[in-house]
Amino acid sequence: MGYSFPEEALEHVLWFLSSDKDRNSVSLVCKSWYEIERWCRRRVFVGNCYAVTPEIVIRRFPEVRALEMKGKPHFADFNLVPEGWGAYVYPWISAMSVAYPWLEEIKLKRMVVTDESLELISKSFKNFRVLVLSSCEGFTTDGLASIAANCSNLRELDLRDSEVEDLSGHWLSHFPDNCTSLVSLNMSCSGSEVSFSALERLVARCPNLRTLRLNRAVPLEKLPNLLRRAPQLEELGTGAYSAEIRSDIYSNLAEAFSFCKQLKGLSGFWDVVPAYLPAMYSVCSGLTSLNLSYATLQCPDLTKLVSQCHSLQRLWVLDYIEDSGLEALSASCKDLQELRVFPSDPFGAEPNVFLTEQGLVSVSEGCPKLQSVLYFCRQMSNAALITIAKNRPNMIRFRLCIIEPQVPDYLTLEPLDTGFGAIVKSCKELRRLSMSGLLTDRVFDYIGTHAKKLEMLSIAFAGDSDLGLHHVLSGCDSLRKLEIRDCPFGDKALLANAAKLETMRSLWMSSCSVSYGACKLLGQKMPRLNVEVIDERGPPDSRPDSCPVEKLYVYRTVGGRRIDMPGYVWTMDEDSTLEFS
Amino acid sequence: MESVMSHENELNFKATELRLGLPGTEISAAKNNNNKRASPEENGSKCVISSAKSSTENETAPAPKAQIVGWPPVRSYRKNNIIQTKKTEHETGIYVKVSMDGAPYLRKIDLKVYNGYQELLKALETMFKFTIGEYSEREGYKGSEYAPAYEDKDGDLMLVGDVPWNMFMSSCKRLRIMKGSEARGLGCGV
Repeated sequence: MGYSFPEEALEHVLWFLSSDKDRNSVSLVCKSWYEIERWCRRRVFVGNCYAVTPEIVIRRFPEVRALEMKGKPHFADFNLVPEGWGAYVYPWISAMSVAYPWLEEIKLKRMVVTDESLELISKSFKNFRVLVLSSCEGFTTDGLASIAANCSNLRELDLRDSEVEDLSGHWLSHFPDNCTSLVSLNMSCSGSEVSFSALERLVARCPNLRTLRLNRAVPLEKLPNLLRRAPQLEELGTGAYSAEIRSDIYSNLAEAFSFCKQLKGLSGFWDVVPAYLPAMYSVCSGLTSLNLSYATLQCPDLTKLVSQCHSLQRLWVLDYIEDSGLEALSASCKDLQELRVFPSDPFGAEPNVFLTEQGLVSVSEGCPKLQSVLYFCRQMSNAALITIAKNRPNMIRFRLCIIEPQVPDYLTLEPLDTGFGAIVKSCKELRRLSMSGLLTDRVFDYIGTHAKKLEMLSIAFAGDSDLGLHHVLSGCDSLRKLEIRDCPFGDKALLANAAKLETMRSLWMSSCSVSYGACKLLGQKMPRLNVEVIDERGPPDSRPDSCPVEKLYVYRTVGGRRIDMPGYVWTMDEDSTLEFS
Repeated sequence: MESVMSHENELNFKATELRLGLPGTEISAAKNNNNKRASPEENGSKCVISSAKSSTENETAPAPKAQIVGWPPVRSYRKNNIIQTKKTEHETGIYVKVSMDGAPYLRKIDLKVYNGYQELLKALETMFKFTIGEYSEREGYKGSEYAPAYEDKDGDLMLVGDVPWNMFMSSCKRLRIMKGSEARGLGCGV
């Protein structure tokens, strides 16, 4: 083959490719392209930390500068994954500390990060710039102190939704005086009170600071001090939004907000005192993102606020906004793309607010760009879902949670099959769907037939039989993640579609009807899957093969079985059946 | 004819029907519960509990709702936030003294107990055995000798009802039910 295209030229071309998908395609062209590509890949995304080992990644990609990785299954967010399950990042940090001395970025989601790991990061990577810990746990403020003290070029420290043990608020003071590089700081999840003067000085000396998300402990009266030192801020998360009602505090705050002409995103708003809301009105017209999901404001205040945010693209809010507030939203915010409505009283037996399906229907009518929805409510109808589907064929993410399980269409008392069926039929680009309410196998037939671009599906308390699961596994061509709880799905559909599981990232099934015997069989049949049984009742062998397992987590992997499983997780493979025969 | 027959059959059926409830009580068919299927409690096993749900109307105390793990799917930090907010709301009551012109002693009420002006004023009417008139922004309280007033943080005597409820709650230091000419002066919109 007279192929003499110089490597350097190809490398130069590849430099422009950032998408993993494209780079993966490039690497499949031929062996030399594979080689060239792997040497110049700088960013690696590992969607499941157990799908591969650090050694394999390092061997293939020797020059990585940025790692993004996810650990626990999504249902861990709702306490369905017991403590100590896994997703430890330390082995990765340890291996990379040797292999990637020039590593700049680490972004982790749902992983266990210890202080040890943080300290190792801070000492191993001289050019370290970005640390994002999303929904992580296992570390304390001591670990943060190491990062602050040793990462002299730190640009981003983002702890969104993570759990940090607060040993001392002084970690922030460990940023050296010559650290001026911060662009983004998100400490909203931390509980401890940090030294305000240290925070103030830090903000003052970082001219490129664009994102600042404070924690609840930062008092409102002091917020203007920070805003005045960072008028270039684009994203702000306030601390507690409450103070004694005093006109001097109010005017100070209002003035400080008026200086922040670049502000696009706002969040925080814990403990809101409504009297102080007008102080931020001056920034409303420029806001594209507003997170009021902690703000226990009532409908009139919420309505007044959102009605001024004409540029809003994303709104997260509590159901205090009610149907009338959502109607006002649909009239005022024509650029709205994403809406999330969270429940203010998720465990109450009776509705505490006037929020129904009508609110969502209004928004679907009035907001032509609406494509991403997360909606908690207490009643739904097929008619409403059909209307929403008709209004918004451009929907990409649709997550509906009707708070009471298995509730039917409240008008007709029928299952919500036709409603969700309309969604998947009409919204041809739908990538993510979460369903609730009374659902039969029929809805899964609709999904399998129409949801061809669906990548992630969450199912709870739904379906009648294995046929439901079979429809999904056999029909959804793009499915990557499937998570199921409390559904009557069993062995047949799972075993019949075993091969499908290798085309997906993972499958989670809990409180279903999958037997231990079927799990063993699946593990035997599919060596490239890790079939993990989670059962806190003790070894599955102590029960008959026909007994259903508590939880099942199946994922494709080239890394072999896990070696860090806790006592209540068993891997099903050829070995396990031999052990006990 | 047909309908009479089926009615008779229905009656007989009802007479022998096993129900959960005190004998002699009528259980109206629960609207939502009939179509509900029970959530599987044990792995794979189902128990039918919908009949139990429909009878709770007639029991003296409703059975506490069993909380399902991880449902509804709300992250724990959100749950904690709401619980914390609720707790602070309930723990710290806003107690203010209430005086009424001519009454021998004062009372004390917790403003947090009331959801708005209507509830507050009704409670005051009951407590002091009087009626408050109709509120209007222009004329204050018309149709009564009494006007509800309060002392705010600055020590000024203000008419109840002018500012939003939340603002009132946070600035009210004590309440005073005024009577007679003084009241008329306060209530009269100039």
